[in-house]
Formats: sequence, C-alpha cells, structure tokens
Amino acid sequence: MTVTAPRGPMGAIAPPPEKNGLGELRLAMTHNLRTSGIYVALVALVALFALITGGASLSAGNVTNIVLQYSYILVLAIGMVIVIIAGHIDLSVGSVVALTGAISAITVIKYDMPWWVGVLAALATGLLIGAWHGFWVAYVGIPAFIVTLAGMLLFRGLTLFVLDNVSLSPFPDEYGVIASGFINGWLGGYGYDVFTLVVFALGVVGFAVSQYRSRKARMGYHQPVPPLSLFALKILAVGVLVMAFAWKLASARGLPVVLIMLAVLIMAYTVMMQHTVFGRQIYAIGGNLAAASLSGVKVRAVNFWIFVNMGLLSAVAGIVFSSRTNGAQPGAGNMFELDAIAAAFIGGAAVTGGVGKVVGAMAGGLIMAVMSNGMQLMGIDQSLQSVVKGLVLLLAVAFDIWNKRRAGAH
Amino acid sequence: MPDYILEMRSITKSFPGVKALADVTFSAQRGEVHAICGENGAGKSTLMKVLSGVYPHGSYGGEILFEGEPCEFSGIRDSERAGIVIIHQELALVPHLSIAENIFLGNERRGRGGLIDWHKTQAEAAELLKAVGLNEEPTTQVGQLGVGKQQLVEIAKALAKDVKLLILDEPTAALNDNDSAHLLDLVRQLQARGITSIIISHKLNEIEATANRTTVIRDGQTVETLDMEAPDVNVDRIVRSMVGRDLESFYPERTPTPGKVVLEVRDWTVRHPQQDRLVVDGASFEVRAGEVVGIAGLMGAGRTELAMSVFGRSYGRFISGQTLMHGKPVAPRTVAEAIGRGLAYVTEDRKQLGLNLLDTITRNISGAALPNLAKWGFVDANLEAKLARHSMDSMRIKAPSVQSVVGKLSGGNQQKVVLSKWLLTGPDVLIIDEPTRGIDVGAKFEIYTLINEFVESGKAVVVISSDLLELLGTCDRIYALSGGRITGEFPASEANEEKLMTLMTKEKEAIG
Ligand SMILES: Nc1ncnc2c1ncn2[C@@H]1O[C@H](COP(=O)(O)OP(=O)(O)OP(=O)(O)O)[C@@H](O)[C@H]1O
Ligand SMILES: [Mg+2]
Repeated sequence: MTVTAPRGPMGAIAPPPEKNGLGELRLAMTHNLRTSGIYVALVALVALFALITGGASLSAGNVTNIVLQYSYILVLAIGMVIVIIAGHIDLSVGSVVALTGAISAITVIKYDMPWWVGVLAALATGLLIGAWHGFWVAYVGIPAFIVTLAGMLLFRGLTLFVLDNVSLSPFPDEYGVIASGFINGWLGGYGYDVFTLVVFALGVVGFAVSQYRSRKARMGYHQPVPPLSLFALKILAVGVLVMAFAWKLASARGLPVVLIMLAVLIMAYTVMMQHTVFGRQIYAIGGNLAAASLSGVKVRAVNFWIFVNMGLLSAVAGIVFSSRTNGAQPGAGNMFELDAIAAAFIGGAAVTGGVGKVVGAMAGGLIMAVMSNGMQLMGIDQSLQSVVKGLVLLLAVAFDIWNKRRAGAH
Repeated sequence: MPDYILEMRSITKSFPGVKALADVTFSAQRGEVHAICGENGAGKSTLMKVLSGVYPHGSYGGEILFEGEPCEFSGIRDSERAGIVIIHQELALVPHLSIAENIFLGNERRGRGGLIDWHKTQAEAAELLKAVGLNEEPTTQVGQLGVGKQQLVEIAKALAKDVKLLILDEPTAALNDNDSAHLLDLVRQLQARGITSIIISHKLNEIEATANRTTVIRDGQTVETLDMEAPDVNVDRIVRSMVGRDLESFYPERTPTPGKVVLEVRDWTVRHPQQDRLVVDGASFEVRAGEVVGIAGLMGAGRTELAMSVFGRSYGRFISGQTLMHGKPVAPRTVAEAIGRGLAYVTEDRKQLGLNLLDTITRNISGAALPNLAKWGFVDANLEAKLARHSMDSMRIKAPSVQSVVGKLSGGNQQKVVLSKWLLTGPDVLIIDEPTRGIDVGAKFEIYTLINEFVESGKAVVVISSDLLELLGTCDRIYALSGGRITGEFPASEANEEKLMTLMTKEKEAIG
C-alpha cells in the first residue's frame, strides 16, 4: 500500500490558515518555560544544597557518589515512565530487583559460574517476570496495579525462598566493576582524567548539533521555534553545567562504568519513544486506548512488550544493585518502586497516561537523588527525609497541574 | 426599550497562540430563545464558557451584565447561583449514578443533620422528569439511557437549579430527528415559563424554527444579530452572514460513475459482545468504485456495529458472513489487517474513539498510517511533518500550527483531523460514521467535496448518517437498516425521506 497525501479541493482557492507570528512566539516561550521548569528546579536544588552544605555536596567525591548510588533508580525510572505513559503502573520492581540480584548471586557465588553467566541469568529472569506481568495485564486484562501488587508479594517471597532468608556475598571482583568500576587514565591527565572530559565534550557538541538540526527542521516546516538568542543561551547553559559535572567526575575517579551504561540506555530509550512506531504507539495507547486500537495499534502486544521491557530494566537495576552491595540480600530493593514512580511523576508524566518523557523522569530521579544525598550530608534524620521527599513529590505534581491550568485558561 | 436579561460587551479572550474572541457584543432579551451561529472555531463555545464562569473573571476582557448587574464570576458555581446554567457540548453526566443522583449532583437535597434526604430527592426528581417529558424511573442508571434521554436529564438538572438563563451548546448534534424535535419543543415550553435560552447549533433549520433572534459570530467577532421574525430572514440569510458569501447549494454536484464492486459483504451476522442477541442480522451490501453508498437507520439499528464489525472485527462476537474486496474473499480479523486491505473507518465519536486529545495534530494525523511512514520501525519525521502540513492546508484545519494539541481545537477542526488521518492510510473504501456531526455549513460542504473527490479518483465511500437529508444529498445509493437487518435499498434518485423512514422503522419480519 502506498501513502497518499490527501488532496483538498479548497487548497487552491482558499488562503492557508492564518498565522500570527507574535502569538506563535509567545506559545513557544510558555511551552519552553513549562517543559524546562523541572530542569531549572533541579539546578536550583543543587545550588541550594551547595549553599547549605558549604560546597560539600559539590565535592568531586560526592558528585561521583550520587551517580553510583542512584544509577539503579534511574534505570528503573526509564522503564517506569514508559509503563506510566501507557497508562499502567508497576509496583513490583523493588521485588524484581531483589530476585534478579539473588539469582545472579546464586549463579555466581553458590555455583561458581563466571560473572557474565550471573548477569545473563538475571536478565533472563527479568524477561520472564516481565512476560508474566505482561501476560496478565495484556492478554487477561487484569489492571496492572493488581497484577504488579501480586508480583510485588510473589517475587519478594521467591527471593526469600531462593536465598533461604540469608544474604549471599561476596561477588568476585569482576562483578563489582559493573557498579563501582571507572574508566580512568586512558588519555592521561594531571589530577583530572582527560578521557572523561573528552567524552563529555563530545556529548555536548552532539547535543548542540542535534538541537540545531531539529530547530532547522522545525523552521523548515514553519513551526514555532524560540529565538536564536534564547536557543544559544539554552545550549550554553546546558554545556556549562554538563562540563562542570564532567570536571567533578574527572577530578575524582574518572568515568563511572554505570554512567556509560545509563547514558546509553537513556539515549536508546529516548530514540525509541520519540522516533519509533513502537514508542509512538505507547503514547497513543496512553492518550486514548479506544482510538489507538481503532487505528490499528496492536494494543495487547504493545502492552505485553512494555512489561517485558520493565522486567528487563528491573533486572539491569538488580545487577547494578547487587554489584554495588557486593551480594544479594533478602530485603534488597525495598521501596525502589516508589522512588521510580516518584521520579516519573516529578518528571512530568501524567497519572492518566499519554504524557511523559524519559529525560523528564531522569531529571525527576536526579531531584530525588540530590535531595536524599543533600539531606544525608546535612545529617538530617531518616524520618524527616521521608517527610520532605513526600512533600516534594506532592508539590511537584501540584505545580505541574497548576502550570497546565494556567496555560489552558489564559 | 427592550428588557435585556443579559448584555455582554466587547468580550475578548485569548489562548496561547489563538485569539478566540476578538470583540463580541451580545445581548439576550428576557424570555427569548436566542441562537448563536458561526463556523467551527468561531468562538461560540468560548463565549458561553466566559459567560458561565468556566473562564473566570480576569481571564478575559470586556464586561458582562446579568439582570442589570455587572458579573464577576470566578467559577461555574457563581454563575449557577445567579441563575445561569450551561449544558456543555460534551454531556457531563455520571453514567453509573441514577437519574435522580445526577439531577441533584452538587445540589443535593438535604434533610436532618445534613444527610441526603432520599425521599425528597426521588420525589423532586420524578417531578422534574415529568416537566421535561422523560418517562423513566428516577432510579434508572443514566448510562442505560440513549443520548436523547441524557440530554433531557441535563435539562432536568438545570431546572433543579432555578435556572433563569439556560445555555445549550449544540444540544441536538448527536440526536436523531425525533429526539431533536422533542428537545426543541421543551425549550419552547420553558420559554412559556419565562426561561431565557441560548442555543448554539449548526442545524440551521432547527434554529429557523425555534429561535426568536440569532446572533452570528465569525472569527471571534459579532457579525450581526438577526430578528428571525423579519420577512427576509431564513437559512440562506444566516449562512451568508456566517461564511461571508452566498452558498449556492449545500451539497456539491457529482455525476456518479459506478465501476466494479470494491467491497461486498454477505450475510453478515454479529452478536452483542455481552448480551445474547443479534445486533446485525444477515446483512448484505456492496459498494462500487466511484460510488457513495449510504446506510440509513435509527439509533440502535446496528449501523455503527455493522461498520465496526466489518472493520477488522472491532465490535461484537461470533461474527459470521463473508467480506469480499475486489471480488476476492478477505477476512480481516484485526484493525491493522483491515487497514492493510484498504479499509478505513471514521468513528462517529471523534473524542472518545477517534483522537488522542493529548497529542499534536501531526501525530494524530499520522496515527493510523504510522507503519507506512516508517522504515525498520523508525518513523520518518520529515515525511510525517510534510504530510501533516499538507493535510492541514488542504483541509483548511484552523490551528496555530501542526504541533497544536488536538484537544484544544474546535469540534469541526477535530473532525477534519480525523478525516485527514484516515485519508493518509490510502484506503480503497472509506466508511464514515456521521461525517458532519457538529460541523458548520461551510465545512460540511468542504467535507462533501472531499468525499466526491475521493470517489472520483475511483475509490468508494460508505456514509452512515442520522441526517436523512445528508444521505439524500451525498449518496448514489442508500440502504435502510432496521433491527440489524437491511430492510431496503434505493438509488438516491428514487428515495425520499418518507420512503426511508418507513423502511427504517420496519419491524423485523418473520424469516420467510
Ligand atoms: N483551551 C483552549 N486552548 C487553546 N485554544 C482554544 C481553547 N479552547 C478553544 N480554543 C480555540 O479558540 C477558538 C474558538 O473555539 P470554540 O470552541 O469557542 O469554537 P466554536 O465556535 O464553539 O466551534 P465549534 O462549532 O467547532 O464547536 C478555536 O480556534 C479553538 O481552537
Ligand atoms: Mg463549540
């Protein structure tokens, strides 16, 4: 079948729809402000804690530490935001982190297999669990809330069972590299790692080029773009912040292996959600299920694979977490699901589905991370930390709703 | 000096990127039925939302006087307290609650201790139902009523609030002729009781029959207010004022040139998904290339169910029968397969079933053709944007840009987006369910022209419509459907409203 453009009889006689240059600009500005609000909040939060802790939160060691400590939450948040965009939820990821970590530990520690066999076993387990959830949600039609609530209990129980209720450790050294390894000294450097800086610089250039290209493309189709000055300012700000971050890493221990993995995942999933048919169908399902299925979207299959994917990413998080803690514990991953869900919502995902972005969820996750870390540095009590995090989640979503309403009823 | 219950002066209202109301002046006399007409996106609904406080004071410009007093409503509750009640374009009833509960929702009848007095609620509800001429128990769930009856419940709900000014935004758009007539009768009865009504409608003959005066709005500005009793004021006069020129006819001309049969459906039988009954019962029909075929039927006759079950079995159970395309048997079991075979189905309910209201025009238009716009699973964004832009221009979709969110477009523009979406899949047979529901005269003409162009290129169209005049005006052949059976077939040249109506109301005959 070929794609034909619809031909209208009025195209020739009628003037094109009227365009209002000023209105478009204003639209672009409000839009920009709205979508970038969360990043501004993140930067503000970093600055706030830097001020309170007298710069301690910005020390090279601590910046590296945040990356290592929260990477697995960010991995979970990638999968979670996709699940949420499709209009579902996954409450089981914490338990799945525990079980996949346990499977890996048993394979490697108990049965003395090489480290990569453990990794493969964990990934396979994650895929199976995802398929299990996907089956019940997509093909039987049970709401994901119920299915994954059951999964949360089920897989926690299985973790306890396979671990016999005791922790298993330690992993061989190679396994630890996943979560705590660094790439350092490949290009030399004096007190800082040049390789890290080069990688980040390339990343910034790549970002700038791709942003410029998409701006050009939008202009080609007469779509609204922010003025060049605003655009340049944005690129500059992002560049400076990213390079400052890179400098911190470079002057500590170099480029963390998990950060590379995380970056690859973020890029891959962003491309998937924005540029592939599959990703677009996820938005369609979350936005209007009935309309999607009447447009030929294979709703069941898409839902199934969303959960398979969540299982896979939970396994990745499970591997990173077990590597970081150098073993498997029956209570591992407890409440991780809540952090991942919070990250997605702070990052702008809509409870009703259809709206959300992977990068948004990453920013949301970082906000949670920076906050926890900052409060730990300040020596704030665990109980108060929890109170603050809860309030931040509530306020972030309230702010988002208020913002949207203001944009609607101008 | 006429007695004005409402005066709105120089109202302006902007949304990001759109000036919905540029300068509207509007006034309603006490006790009249005042119609508002205008093209899709002219700003009619927005004006009424300004009036009823949906858009609070301060978010718009201009001045509103109600009963001589300036109004500064900060929400819909304020306006209701003043006696202004709006019934929105989209019905706002809770389907799982009873009629009585819906009528008094937010306005509960309380007894001792602030608890709800159910006896009073039921009794008053029964009275209100009598007043609107709805013969149903107050305890019936609203979800079980048809749209026509739901509209009456909405009006009963308004009456429960001591309404002085009733606003009806396209109340008859989804109603059949009988229900519409009943509703308009009711409006006249309310008028006799002293209630002023404002009616927004695209059905101009209804307006001609019901309204005392009509205000026409174009591009967010008042064009004029017509006195409907004046001798030279008729439908044509309103149309001229709406579109700014004379419209020679409502239906574009086309000489039918039927070719080979493209789609043939034989002995099609469909069961209700939950209940044990046949919704479509042994229906057979065919569509030829270059032909527009109509399906006429009352609500519940199985028109939509017939179309949806043919379209990749998206409705019903235990479907039996045969479908042939270009003479070859095909059996699309999924919507994706049906699209692949060259079928397209435009749903009657664009908001619930047709669009992703959260997403952009571009992404809605590309929604059904996405696999064709992709290579290795990656969407060609350039091609997509180009096609969307093209559709937007050729269909004259009014919006700030192709990136505008569809949920914020006016009804007519949303309908054009849905049509664009299906034309983009390159279908051989386009089934359109209620092609012009809630669409203005100008856009209707455009959509009919589009249908004509489409069939002239050798494709086929099936039109399902509650509007018999629309069927008679656009189709070459018309099938009548009643109780899930095809009860007759006419060339359009031999059909008329009475003949169709007779067949549409024909009871099931014993199978002979
Ligand atoms: N919430 C909103 N945000 C942005 N634009 C809006 C919003 N609501 C309405 N508009 C725009 O304002 C204009 C007027 O819309 P409105 O709904 O009042 O039209 P209408 O006359 O009721 O049309 P229809 O006959 O199709 O219902 C349209 O261009 C529409 O796109
Ligand atoms: Mg409207």
